[in-house]
Amino acid sequence: MKRILPLSLLCFALLLSSFILRPQSEGYQVGDKATDFKLKNIDGKMVSLADNKTAKGYIVVFTCNTCPYAKAYEARIIALNQKYAAQGYPVVAINPNDPGVAPGDSYAAMQTKKYAFPYLQDESQKIAKAYGATRTPQLYVLQRQGNDFVVSYIGAIDDNSEDATLVKTKYVENAMTEIMAGKPATTNSTKAIGCTIKWKKQA
Amino acid sequence: MLSFKYLLLGIGLSATLPSFGQQVAVIKFPELQKRLTRQTDTTYVVNFWATWCGPCVKELPNFEQVGSANANKKVKVLLVSLDYASQLDKKVKPFVKARGLKSEVVLLNEPDPNSWLGQVDAQWTGSIPFTLIINNKTKQRATFEQELSKAELTAALRKFL
Repeated sequence: MKRILPLSLLCFALLLSSFILRPQSEGYQVGDKATDFKLKNIDGKMVSLADNKTAKGYIVVFTCNTCPYAKAYEARIIALNQKYAAQGYPVVAINPNDPGVAPGDSYAAMQTKKYAFPYLQDESQKIAKAYGATRTPQLYVLQRQGNDFVVSYIGAIDDNSEDATLVKTKYVENAMTEIMAGKPATTNSTKAIGCTIKWKKQA
Repeated sequence: MLSFKYLLLGIGLSATLPSFGQQVAVIKFPELQKRLTRQTDTTYVVNFWATWCGPCVKELPNFEQVGSANANKKVKVLLVSLDYASQLDKKVKPFVKARGLKSEVVLLNEPDPNSWLGQVDAQWTGSIPFTLIINNKTKQRATFEQELSKAELTAALRKFL
């Protein structure tokens, strides 16, 4: 009986997890190694995390042209790059939306943006799925460890999407201060409202 | 005395039929939580949406239809708008009026989703539409972080009835 119990518990846990775990909750947790990618930037060039040898890490933002929350945060994403690129953590923005569902997120529409950081099209949506991104905007702070990039923070930029002047807690900046000091972020995961990623319609 | 009775009846009726230009109450999270944890045998279908959210607006009629189709059962549809409170008069009220929404609409005025999202559902990452179907008497609960078709919503609700 003693030997059977752990097995039956495992079976039960597996059975339970198949009900509880949904596709949305897959993807990275803090501490996971992030996969590199090769995605097309709006200048036509392919971009990978490995390209920038001097980067200590990245602030990867899944964002888009069309979501009101992404628009509300656009200036703050630009400001994050201004603040942290010089400190070794540039922003990399990735648009995961299917232009078939959201025409305003087409490659041509993306090219109207002039950012100082890459704005990449995740055409296959594989990277958004690998990261477990569900909405725009959604942030992942990656920290270099050797040749790997480890997820160190997932979530929101701050606690007030509507009005940057009313922000009380700058979640990602607080996390960055700790991460850059070599410490794990005290708050390493936050939740925020955003627009559902516009997944391709299943054929 | 008789007229008083009719008056009460009238008030009762108008409370259950908020069809003519319903008010959109602005609430804070503790108020919503109180309603979500109320010990009642009524099944609540709670849909988190916003006027700016395309898939949310698209699926709203499904909630309206499910609400009216189950009007004789203990089912209550609650539409929780996550629009900014500053948009109440500009966007939300005109939208509710234009669509003639019959289900109760409230606007949740909480600027920091991180403070409350996890208390609605630990798995909810924050994208909308998000739907919670809950019955506190039978302790049944289902959540959907996705757009629901009328068939999907009806099937999900059927398990509660």
